[in-house]
Amino acid sequence: MNLLKFIESFTDDHLMNSKGSRRDSFGQFGQLGKNLALASIPLGLAAFTNKAFASDIGPTPSTPIGALQLALTLEYLEDEFYRLGLESGVIPTGGRDEKVFMQIAKHEASHVEFLIAGLGASAVAKPTFDFTVGGAFDPFNTTGIGATAAYQQFLVLAQAFEDTGVRAYKGQAGNLISTPDLLTAALQIHSVEARHASEVRRLRGLKGWITGNQRGAGMPSATQAVYDGEENVTQAGFNTSTVNNGSLGPAIPGLAGSESYDEPLTTQQSVNIANLFIV
Amino acid sequence: MSNFMKNVVTVKEQLTSGTNRRSFLKISGLTMAATGLLLTGCNNDDDSMNNGPYAPGVRNGKFDLGSGDLGVLTYAYALEQLEADFYTRVVNLNNFGALFNSEEQQILSDLYAHEVIHREFFKVALTGALPNPSTQLLPALQFDFSTVNFSSRSSILGTAKALEDTGVAAYNGAGKLITSTDYLLLAGKIVSVEARHASAIRSLINPNSNDFAGDDVVNASNGLDAAKNPSQILPIAGSFITTEFTATYLP
Repeated sequence: MNLLKFIESFTDDHLMNSKGSRRDSFGQFGQLGKNLALASIPLGLAAFTNKAFASDIGPTPSTPIGALQLALTLEYLEDEFYRLGLESGVIPTGGRDEKVFMQIAKHEASHVEFLIAGLGASAVAKPTFDFTVGGAFDPFNTTGIGATAAYQQFLVLAQAFEDTGVRAYKGQAGNLISTPDLLTAALQIHSVEARHASEVRRLRGLKGWITGNQRGAGMPSATQAVYDGEENVTQAGFNTSTVNNGSLGPAIPGLAGSESYDEPLTTQQSVNIANLFIV
Repeated sequence: MSNFMKNVVTVKEQLTSGTNRRSFLKISGLTMAATGLLLTGCNNDDDSMNNGPYAPGVRNGKFDLGSGDLGVLTYAYALEQLEADFYTRVVNLNNFGALFNSEEQQILSDLYAHEVIHREFFKVALTGALPNPSTQLLPALQFDFSTVNFSSRSSILGTAKALEDTGVAAYNGAGKLITSTDYLLLAGKIVSVEARHASAIRSLINPNSNDFAGDDVVNASNGLDAAKNPSQILPIAGSFITTEFTATYLP
């Protein structure tokens, strides 16, 4: 089960990556305790996961409308996430981080508005989101893990959402090919998501682009689904990992091949990631 | 007929009109109307074939990018040649290590690698897809970067920003011209990497800001990035390209 795996792996990663203060450590052990408690009550957990599955969204149709419906769900998720993040006080104020997330939040709100207007009667309803994923995360410091620790989790989720957004939009391009205006609009959102992704990754100390299928330092293994497949180096039969520029310039590392192309997510893969946060 | 030189003039007008959205739309509308007339006059079966009715190749003494999917891919190949050439010059600079800190060197080296890979990809892909690549493959273009001050960090990063933003707008605008879902997906795989580049370069230029996706490039009212037609892009790119070519059959 996705959700179980998600919670367990995050708990492991969270502990391995811990390097914080005593207070942070207490926070993490508290979190671990909560997850163990959750895992040790089979009945309660079963009820919990059943509830989650009952609210899951299904794959959207392979049509222009379906593509935009999936996009709207993902934009709802991002919009609410950043709005709650800005309200929570975990984002350091007065500097780069706040400027970045205010700008991203503005864009996601615009995208929601744009897609609702575009879809009209076909607009899907906003799901109910749980950004704690059943208590595994505390990106808004609602359980008191401290603003610093919460902000790290906020950044982790932001990176996962933006990198997912890039791949999800890309995966819908084929569904939009028959409607040029909608395709163009989706591409115009897609590249904004990529600008966001690059900046969030760089805020976390990573490269702005994805190397192989690496999720990057500090990302819990549960986010691996966001990166699986990014290691592809075969583009229309061409091996991008063996390119060199001869005597014209420095040698080109093999991993640059995967970095130079972002890969799509299928509708089902995108929906599976979104469903982790839908209750 | 909209030849290359005419496009130069048109886009410079748009650039000077800057943020005035109304005049931008007006000029775009005129460009599109003119293109529509051109296509109607020349051909009534424009997008029915994979390689378009006009293959890339020399026409009237100049290489023309052609139309259809192969025309769009050839257009992308020209842009990737430009980016690859620029970053090759940058990473080869004797003062590369002195001009840029280690983070900047890493980013510019990555961009060099990515753009060379994109260029080589299009060369191989087009060679495979063109019916007669020996005459239809766009040759290696020549460039003139004399307007760039290669001893200035800000001049180099400013040029990189312009090239990456232009690349994003070009791919965003070209998507609707592509009829093959495979080619569309390939363009999509590349454009998001160009956007990641643009974001990083913008962030290097102005680190403590929202410039990575600033209001100057992402529409502040609807959150959409730019999308431009080849006739809007080529004059910008063309300011660095000395090899003359035409894009008569692209909008």
